[in-house]
Amino acid sequence: MVLGRAFEDKCAKMYYDRKMLGFVHLYNGQEAVSTGFIRLLKQQDSIVCTYRDHVQALSKGVSARAVMSELLGKATGCSRGQGGSMHIFSRKHNMLGRFAFIGEGIPIATGAAFTSKYKREVLKEADCGHVSLAFFGDGTCNNGQFYECLNMAALWKLPIVFVVENNLWAIGMSHLRATSVPQIYKKGPAFGMPGVHVDGMDVLKVREVAKEAIGRARRGEGPTLVECETYRFRGHSLADPDKLRDPAEKAHYAARDPITALKKYLIENSLANEADLKAIDKR
Amino acid sequence: MLGIVRQKMLEQSLKKIPPAVSVLRSYSSAAKQMTIRDALNSALDEEMSADSKVFLMGEEVGEYQGAYKITKGLLDKYGPERVLDTPITEAGFTGVAVGAAYYGVKPVVEFMTFNFSMQAIDHIINSAAKTNYMSSGQISVPIVFRGPNGAAAGVGAQHSQCYAAWYASCPGLKVLAPYSSEDARGLLKAAIRDPDPVVFLENELLYGESFPVSDEVLDSSFCLPIGKAKIERKGKDVTIAAYSKMVGYALKAAETLEKDGIDAEVINLRSIRPLDRSMINASVRKTNRLVTVEEAFPQHGVGAEICASIVEESFAYLDAPVERIAGADVPMPYAANLERMAVPQVEDIVRAAKRTCYRSESREIDSQHCGGRS
Repeated sequence: MVLGRAFEDKCAKMYYDRKMLGFVHLYNGQEAVSTGFIRLLKQQDSIVCTYRDHVQALSKGVSARAVMSELLGKATGCSRGQGGSMHIFSRKHNMLGRFAFIGEGIPIATGAAFTSKYKREVLKEADCGHVSLAFFGDGTCNNGQFYECLNMAALWKLPIVFVVENNLWAIGMSHLRATSVPQIYKKGPAFGMPGVHVDGMDVLKVREVAKEAIGRARRGEGPTLVECETYRFRGHSLADPDKLRDPAEKAHYAARDPITALKKYLIENSLANEADLKAIDKR
Repeated sequence: MLGIVRQKMLEQSLKKIPPAVSVLRSYSSAAKQMTIRDALNSALDEEMSADSKVFLMGEEVGEYQGAYKITKGLLDKYGPERVLDTPITEAGFTGVAVGAAYYGVKPVVEFMTFNFSMQAIDHIINSAAKTNYMSSGQISVPIVFRGPNGAAAGVGAQHSQCYAAWYASCPGLKVLAPYSSEDARGLLKAAIRDPDPVVFLENELLYGESFPVSDEVLDSSFCLPIGKAKIERKGKDVTIAAYSKMVGYALKAAETLEKDGIDAEVINLRSIRPLDRSMINASVRKTNRLVTVEEAFPQHGVGAEICASIVEESFAYLDAPVERIAGADVPMPYAANLERMAVPQVEDIVRAAKRTCYRSESREIDSQHCGGRS
């Protein structure tokens, strides 16, 4: 989480120094979701995300250097500069891409889950309990492809977890203004899968929920829809003036910063001390 | 007439015998005939048999035996895990198929018609075509998108569009358009074996047509190269380049032209992307005249691209302006007489060829007489 936060802050600096171009969408504040889920995965499990996911790539094991080089358009980047910020791929880490169009990644993740099942049942390959995770936001939950995939994943009992990073805002459109039924987790049961809501600012709570959902998928019990209530501290992208969000709302969530919260937890429960945490920061 | 009788005999025998076997045994004549439908079915069957990673996905491909019966018998043979009937959700199932292909299985996605592919076009272009590049080669997408394309008969504006030009403009895609049964078999097999996304444009009105096929074509290892056109008829006076159904019209036009002393060379493009520019240019350098034919809308079309290629590479060889025959620049009308005027007819091709040979009225007079003009 600390690496993610530091990475994103560095991106911001480079962007404002005009060293980084194009669209850059930062993840500050949402680190608990990425860490909570992805650290439970094996290398062969796959993840698919939308454009706000430098940190997902880092959590999955792609080196920070490769991601940063890609953002700077260098040939040493993970896609040799051909993909850019919104299109981080890594075959080795089974990061099947970040997609620019919201909703685009969900069928892709569903397809990866489909292949996992196909390999196990048709090609009879052993060791195929691979799971897919699809990360997407609240805005995506009003898109047709989301529902098409909830339906197919439940229909064909695919090993996938749909992870909604509900940060309440789709650029400048408030989730409440855009959605008839804002409780996204309720849409799971309508398609025949469990729908779970979790505090996305608390990495340990996210991890508990993730363990259960990933376990379900691996055991062949089918998909789960997990709604993580989270918040992005910065604007939609580095070009977003971010004028529509109420400062009181921002302050409320800033007080629940996942990194600060975890630090507090670790110290209170004597799992680590100040010196250990400082050492992590330094790295 | 005889073709229809043979077709009916074949359909009856198909009911008793699995497809791959029937085409070899139903005919006693020496020159074997095969419909496009059987050519496609047998190609799918053989590729699925050879590689268990190949599977089919689409609406009505399984229990209904295929909306146009192209996938007939395959569900019974390969089971529901390899022949998947999908809900009506083009965007969703196309994306699922592309995601599956990222992991190395080989989906063959059927669009009931390519008009419906517009609901899934984001995945065809952004998730399939561009991914190999965006990931700098880490992820390849061995997927085939197939189905009927272009005008049918009286199906109206939303069911009649030809998508060759749209897909062929996109780097990262291969676009094929078979004409004969040999094309259908060879190109579909090549498409399935290809590691990159391929858009395979069939034609509904050709499904029932029979073409002669040699033993080589019937062999299960038969395959045609992608990116190579075929000279269907050698000639020396004018080059007529066409794809899909229009190849048949071009050949008929060539017969008419022959009676008037014009010897036309007919090129069957087969591959829209990559386009066989070298063969087309070589032909025009020989004949010095070009007519392109397509059913699609004229603006920014396949014919436009071919004309540009000739002008760029073989300008000095042209003895007449290039002629471009295309569908009318209107949404396809429904009424049969209007529909006929909205697509090229053999007479349009004949007239265009004559114009390149200075044997016809000027274009201005000619365009007042008929549609099918660009």
